[in-house]
Formats: sequence, C-alpha cells, structure tokens
Amino acid sequence: MMTRQPFILTLIDGKGRIFLGILVAVTVLVAASNLMLPPTSALHVPTYAVSLMGKYLCYALLAVALDLVWGYCGILSLGHGAFFALGGYAMGMYLMRQIGTRGVYGNPVLPDFMVFLNWQELPWYWYGFSSFPFAMLMVVLVPGLLAFVFGWLAFRSRVTGVYLSIITQAMTFALLLAFFRNDMGFGGNNGLTDFKDLLGFNIQAQGMRVTLFSVSALALALGYLVARVMVTSTYGKVLIAIRDAESRARFLGYRVEHYKLLAFTVSAMMAGIAGALYVPQVGIINPQEFAPANSIEAVIWVAVGGRGTLVGAALGAVVVNFAKTWLTGALPEIWLFALGALFVVVTLYMPKGILGLFQTFTRRRRADDGVAGTPVPQPAAE
Amino acid sequence: MLNTTLTSALLYLDGVNVTFDGFRALNNLSLALAPNEMRAIIGPNGAGKTTMMDVITGKTRPDEGDVMFGGTVDLTKLDEAAIAELGIGRKFQKPTVFESHTVADNIRLALKGERGPWSALFGARNHIADENIDKVLEKVRLIEHRERPAADLSHGQKQWLEIAMLLAQDPKLLLVDEPVAGMTDAETEETARLLREIAQDHTVIVVEHDMAFVRDLDCKVTVLHEGSVLAEGSIDTVSANERVIEVYLGR
Repeated sequence: MMTRQPFILTLIDGKGRIFLGILVAVTVLVAASNLMLPPTSALHVPTYAVSLMGKYLCYALLAVALDLVWGYCGILSLGHGAFFALGGYAMGMYLMRQIGTRGVYGNPVLPDFMVFLNWQELPWYWYGFSSFPFAMLMVVLVPGLLAFVFGWLAFRSRVTGVYLSIITQAMTFALLLAFFRNDMGFGGNNGLTDFKDLLGFNIQAQGMRVTLFSVSALALALGYLVARVMVTSTYGKVLIAIRDAESRARFLGYRVEHYKLLAFTVSAMMAGIAGALYVPQVGIINPQEFAPANSIEAVIWVAVGGRGTLVGAALGAVVVNFAKTWLTGALPEIWLFALGALFVVVTLYMPKGILGLFQTFTRRRRADDGVAGTPVPQPAAE
Repeated sequence: MLNTTLTSALLYLDGVNVTFDGFRALNNLSLALAPNEMRAIIGPNGAGKTTMMDVITGKTRPDEGDVMFGGTVDLTKLDEAAIAELGIGRKFQKPTVFESHTVADNIRLALKGERGPWSALFGARNHIADENIDKVLEKVRLIEHRERPAADLSHGQKQWLEIAMLLAQDPKLLLVDEPVAGMTDAETEETARLLREIAQDHTVIVVEHDMAFVRDLDCKVTVLHEGSVLAEGSIDTVSANERVIEVYLGR
C-alpha cells in the first residue's frame, strides 16, 4: 500500500520547487544587480525595470488568487480586478495621508482633491488611514468583506457558471462607475496619486523600489503556499469535486456554498494584497483599475499559463504581461488583437496552457526512453 | 392507523404532489418503507420515479404532502446537505463520480464524518485513515483500482464506485437510480448480489427498468404510473396485475 508522503513534500511538489527556486533566485539576483553593480555595467538592472518586474509579480499574485477559485472550484470570476483595485485604493489612501502639508494646497489633513472640491473635513471612511497597520488591515478586510457578502448572496442562491461570471463583471463595472464620481471621495476620475512616502521612506528612492519588489516576491511565494495548503488538503479535493460534479457533492452532504465562500473570500484577500503592492510601484490608482477588461485579462493570464496549477497562473501572468510591455512599445495598435488571438489559440490548442505543454513534452520524452511504441503510461495502479 | 405507520416506517410519503408548469409529476403519492426493507420501484418513463427521489433528497420541494424520515423528521423543510447528513444517500441514474479524483479519493470524500470546510482543511476530514477507504473498496471489489483516476474506470466500475460512495456514507436509506443501465449480464448479476448484501443492514430503494434484475433482487415491488402508486406486492403479483400489463403494453 502507498505510504503517506511527508507534509512538506505534498505541499511543495516538483513544480513548486522549481517555481519557488526561480522566484528566490530572480529576486536575489535582480536586487543585488540593481544595488551593487554600477549603472555602467552590462548586468545592471535599472530601477525602473525592478519596479516593472515588481508589477508583474503583483499580477502573478492576482493570477494565483484567481486560479484558486477558477482552476480548482470552477468559479469563473470576471471581477477579480475589483478586489485588486480595492486593495490598491486602501494602500493609496494611506499614501495620500502621508503626503501631509507637501500637497499642492498644503492642507495638513485633506488630500489635494478634497481641497479642490471645497470639502471642509475628512469623510469618516478616511479616518484611520493615516495609520499603516490600519490601512494594511483594510487591504485584506475590504476585498474580503465584499467577496464574503457577494459570495454569500450568489452561492446561497446557487448562481453558477456563466451567470456568476456576468454578475461578477457587473460588480466590477458598478464599482468603476462609483469610483469615477467625485462625491464618492476617492479622487474621482484622477484617482489617488502624487505619493511621497511609505513608512517614512521616499517612495521614489532606489532602496524603496527594490524593497517593494522583494516584498512582492515574498507575497507571491506566501500566496502560493497558502493556496497550496488549501488545494492539497481534503478541502481542495472537495473544491475539485464541486468543480466536476456540484450536485454529487451536495448529495454527499457537503455545503457547497460554504466551501465556495471560503475559497472566494481568501482569493479576494490575496487579490487585495496584490493590489496594495502594485499601487506604490506604479505610483497611481484610479477607477480604470476596476475596468471589466482588466479582470478578463487576468483570466487570460491564468488560461495561458495553465488553469488549476497555481504555478501556471503565475507564469502566465508574467509571460503575457512581458509580451504586453514589449508589444505595446513596439506595435501598440496590435496588442488587443494579439491578446484576443492568444486567448483563442490557447482555448483551442493548449487547453492546459504553457504548463500543460511542458508536461506533455516531458512525458513524451520519458516514453521515448522506454520501449518504442508503448503508449504513454497512465499513473500506475498500486 | 396513520400513527402506527408514522412510528414504524423509516420513510413515509403521504399525499405528495409535485407540479412542473402544469404537468403533474407526482399525484397524491403515498409510500411507506420499513427499516431494513429493500424496495424496487418500477414504472414507465415519466411515471415520477426520479421526481420521487428528488423530493426525498431535497432537490425538489413538493407542493403539498408529507415526507417523513424516521417517523419524526420532516424532509420537506431541509436542503440536500442536511438530508444527506441525516443518513439518506443517493446514486444518480447516470454514474456520477468525481472523474479527476482517484478511486480512493472518491471514497475519502464520501466517508461518513464531519463535512465542514474547516474540518477538511485542518481537522478530522483531512486525516481519513486509508484502512477505512480500503474496507469499502474491498466490498465492491475495486481495491486494485485504488490509485486510478475515476475517469479511467469502465461504465460498470463507475456504477460500483458510486454505490461504494453510498456505502461509505453509511446512510440509513439508500436511493439507487437505475444501477444496471448499460451493464453487461455478468455485471448486472454482480450488482444484484451487492445490493442484496447492502440491504441486510440498510433500507434500500432501487429504481429499475430491467425486469430480470428486479426479479433477482427478490423484494417487494411498487409500480408507479402517472405520479401515483398503481400496484404493490411481489414481482409475480404485480406482473400478473391487469392494470400493470395495460400500462406497460399500452405505452
């Protein structure tokens, strides 16, 4: 009979070891090359590139969060950008409060846009955001709470499949419209920007940039591990069971809505953290981050990398965004066509994404090493 | 009369009506099952067999009527998960197993015990002993397929796996919908043996079309027609019943 593997080996499988290894290596090398090599060196990574990679890592964390609910539980959320943006806004509000008297109007309490709108005092929901721990709490609580309430209503009413996708899309669109309004008190169309300090350190400084990049890598690794703990436990097996045969799981006595709700809420919190790390690295958060297209793009990253693998989701986010950065620089007008084509090609020819291609390739090689003509071996029965 | 039935029957349906867009799927259906009884339900298509199972398992709410379990619990007030927890297991008409899980994991998820997400993450549900899984798999003779994905099983093996999942739940009442559809003769015989074995300490309802199989089960038969009971008794009694012959031949 099979012996049970040690917990850590189940948690971090072969793919996971490669993924975490590359992540650590890249982080250390990029940080070291930026800080220690002179700018004239050919191996020097410029600071702007460090922040660009930090941004990719935030997207990768968003993709891992999305893969947890889509890949493992079949919840195709087309509104995960909303949780990302909410986390971003919570961080943005903290950064706005740090500006203090250095704003254009020099008001010690009110951010510039509020002075401009002739507001006399800070709205109640801005209270507390001058405190870093409070703001960080809100980074996870606000997306988590929205996901909990939204999920509670949707899953309890058994909204599934394409209908769920549509209402998540409607949710992020509604938030987009709401955050566009000046009287919402989140800077309207322009959003929040002109950030100065984070925890007392200049946000533009090279050291801060490298720190933010490294923290993003750490957050991605932790997010991946949290998701792995969930999907390798029996909880994860139930998620997959729900994905494959929801009513069967119900008749076995599982409260499907509770399982979905937990995954959805944890996933939203992860997306919030990704957004919070994204904002100081790009220097702005505005309602455009709620755009439905952003959420759909995140789904494409996951599909391209390989759904239901976590590692694939992170890989897809980095690969697609790298291509986007390159293409929008070289041939800006064709990016959207390229993205659409990519989605079609992946759906038709690579249903398991890039990671699936890798697996087919390594399996075929293993088969070639054996007797020629034998079929690809199935996982052996004990 | 009514009270005695209520106390002794494990499952008791009385005057159950279900209407879908004007179509009467169940029409004043009444049925009582004693503990550890096996009952075969037969009837032409559209007789209300599957709807009856839906009502018992909480998938469909009846418009009126009583559905009592164990004499005291009103099933019409509960949802699927709560009814499953009470000890009612269901096998679907089409074999429904978790295809991407291994055979062993299918049983792992079905085994009796806590069902909450926390338990599955960190608690008892995450530490199911392999022996308990093997015990069930041995009973349905799938033990050598333990580590195979359920998707790789043959149709008949999937049916047995689903029956094994029911057994793992250790329910008081098993609802089995067309267990031998698409099976070979040998598989059908094996299934009848399995169900007879299960019926020794469980109450079982089997819905089936295959008359030879029903005869093999050797139990009381209820014939449904247009949503209500047409005849009840041994297989020989009901097959001699003129109304039954008329319904089956006139179809």
